[in-house]
Amino acid sequence: MSDRILEVSNIEVVYNHTVQVLRGLSLSVPRGEVVALLGSNGAGKSTTLKAIANILFLENGELSSGSIRFDGDAVGSRPPHRLVRDGLCHVMEGRRVFEDLTVEENLVAAGYASNGGSGRAGQDMVYEYFPQLYSRRRSLAGYLSGGEQQMLAIGRGLLGKPSMMLLDEPSLGLSPMLVEEIFGIIARINREQGVAMLLVEQNANVALALASYGYIMESGRVVIDGTPEKLMADDDVREFYLGSGEAEGESKSYREVKHYKRRKRWLS
Amino acid sequence: MDWLFFFEVSLAGLGFGALYALTGVAFVVIYKATRVINLAMGEMLMFGAYLFFGFAAGFMLPVWLAIVLALAGGALLGLTLERLVIRPLLGENPISVFMVTIGLASVLVGLVEIIWTAAPRSLPGFLPDDPIFIGDAFVAPKTFWSFIIAGVVIAVFLVLFRFWRGGVALRATASDQGAAYAMGINVPAVYSLSWGLAGMLAAGAGLLLGSIAGISSEMGFFGLTVLVVVIVGGLDSVLGALVAGLLIGWIESLAGVYLGGEYEHLVTFIILMVVLLLRPWGLFGTREIERL
Repeated sequence: MSDRILEVSNIEVVYNHTVQVLRGLSLSVPRGEVVALLGSNGAGKSTTLKAIANILFLENGELSSGSIRFDGDAVGSRPPHRLVRDGLCHVMEGRRVFEDLTVEENLVAAGYASNGGSGRAGQDMVYEYFPQLYSRRRSLAGYLSGGEQQMLAIGRGLLGKPSMMLLDEPSLGLSPMLVEEIFGIIARINREQGVAMLLVEQNANVALALASYGYIMESGRVVIDGTPEKLMADDDVREFYLGSGEAEGESKSYREVKHYKRRKRWLS
Repeated sequence: MDWLFFFEVSLAGLGFGALYALTGVAFVVIYKATRVINLAMGEMLMFGAYLFFGFAAGFMLPVWLAIVLALAGGALLGLTLERLVIRPLLGENPISVFMVTIGLASVLVGLVEIIWTAAPRSLPGFLPDDPIFIGDAFVAPKTFWSFIIAGVVIAVFLVLFRFWRGGVALRATASDQGAAYAMGINVPAVYSLSWGLAGMLAAGAGLLLGSIAGISSEMGFFGLTVLVVVIVGGLDSVLGALVAGLLIGWIESLAGVYLGGEYEHLVTFIILMVVLLLRPWGLFGTREIERL
C-alpha cells in the first residue's frame, strides 16, 4: 500500500466541452496528513475537489486527461456515492446542508456513507465533536447559524468514518473567532481519527498553520508548492496570500508597474 | 336547504377527493425526487386499472392475486419509464422533459387501445358492497372503502417520509442532489425508488377509481384534475396533495350537484387561478421552488 492516499497527476478539466479550468494539475496527499490547497478566486480549487469526488458530471464538466487515484484505485470508475462509502468524504463549498431537514435527519441521511449504517454511535461521535449541534438537533438545518451549518457539514462527513476528507473553504463567511474554533476541531479530527485532509482555503494563514504541506494554484495549475515554512517565507506568497508586503507601511497599488509585473510572472 | 343531502354530497365528494389525493401523492413523490412534472400520471393510473382488468377478467385470476400483480405491474411501469426515458433526459431543459411525459401519455393510451380496445369496461368488484350509513347519511360503499384505503395509504406515506431512512434519503435528494451524492446516497437508486413507488400508487388509485366509475382509455383525464390538485397543494408537499385533493373533490361535487355538471371543472380551475394569484407555490409547497 502506498503511503500516499491521494494522487492527482496532470489532470485537465473542461466544462461544457469548451471552458478549460484545470491545465495539468498535480498534487498528492500522504496518509493521515493535512495538505492545504490555496489560490485566489477562480483558480480552480473547488473544481479540483469536484474532480477528485467524481461529481464533475453534475455541472457538465469532464476530466479530459490525467489520472486521480484514491487509495490506490482510479476514482473515475467509481460513482460518487461509492467513493464516499470507500472513505472519501467531500465537505462541499457553501456548506450545502439539507435546509428543510432537521439536524438529526441530516445526520441520518449522511449515515448512508457508512456501509451497513452507523446509527447512534456515529451520531454520538458527531455530537461529541460539535456539542452545539446536540442542543439544536431538532431544529431545521436552514435555521442554524453559519457556524453551526459548517459544523453540521463537517459532522455529516465524519459519519462515514472517512480515511480522507476534502474540505472546501470551511472558513467561508465565518467570523474570525468561529474560524479559529472550527479549525481547532478540524485539527482534533485529523489527530484523533487519523483522517487525511485536502484543505482548500482562501484564508492562507489558518490553513498553513494546520497543514504539513501546501500547494498554491493559479489559473488551473500549481505555481508553488512546499512546506508551510517555505511558503510563508516566499515573498510572493506573503504579499498575495498573507496580506503582508515586504516593506512595512509602503502603500500597495495594483497600478504600480513593478507589482503588476511580478503578478504577471505568476500567471505565465 | 336540505342538510342531510348536503352531507351526503359532501361525503361522496370527499371519497372522490381521496382518490385525487392518492394520485397527487404519486405526483409529488416523482416531483420531489426528480423535479419532473409527470403529465403521464393519469395514464399510468389507467394502465394500472387495465392491468387489473386483464389479470382478473382476461386471465380469470383470483381478485387478490390480480390486485397484487396490477400493483407490481404499475411499479414496474414506473421503474421502466424512469430508467429508459426520464433518466437520460435529467438535467435537460424542464420543458423537454415535460413534453416527453405528454408523449408517454399518448403512448400508454395507444397501448391500452391496442390491447383492450377503446370500449369502456367495468371492473370486477373487489370492495365490500353492504350499504354504509354515517348517521342518517348514505355513502356509496365503494366510495367509502376507497376513501379508507386511500387515507391509510397516504398516512403510511407521510410516516415513511418522516421516519424511514429511505424517506429521509429521498427528501435529502430532493433538497440538494449534489450534497446527497456527498452523503453516500445512491442518487440514481432514489430516482428509481420514487418512480417505482409512484407507479404503484397510481395503479392503486386506478383500481379504486375503476371500481367506482368503470375504466376506459379516456380515464387518464383524471390526471388533469390531479395536476390542479398538486399545484394547489404545492408540488412538493404530500400533506398539500392530501388537503387539496379532499378540498377539490368536495367543492367539485358540491358544484356538480348545486350548480350543474358543467360547472364542476369550471370551479376547479377557478380555484387553481385564485391559488396561483395569491400563493403561486401552493398551499403547502416550498416557497423558493421554481415554477414552470
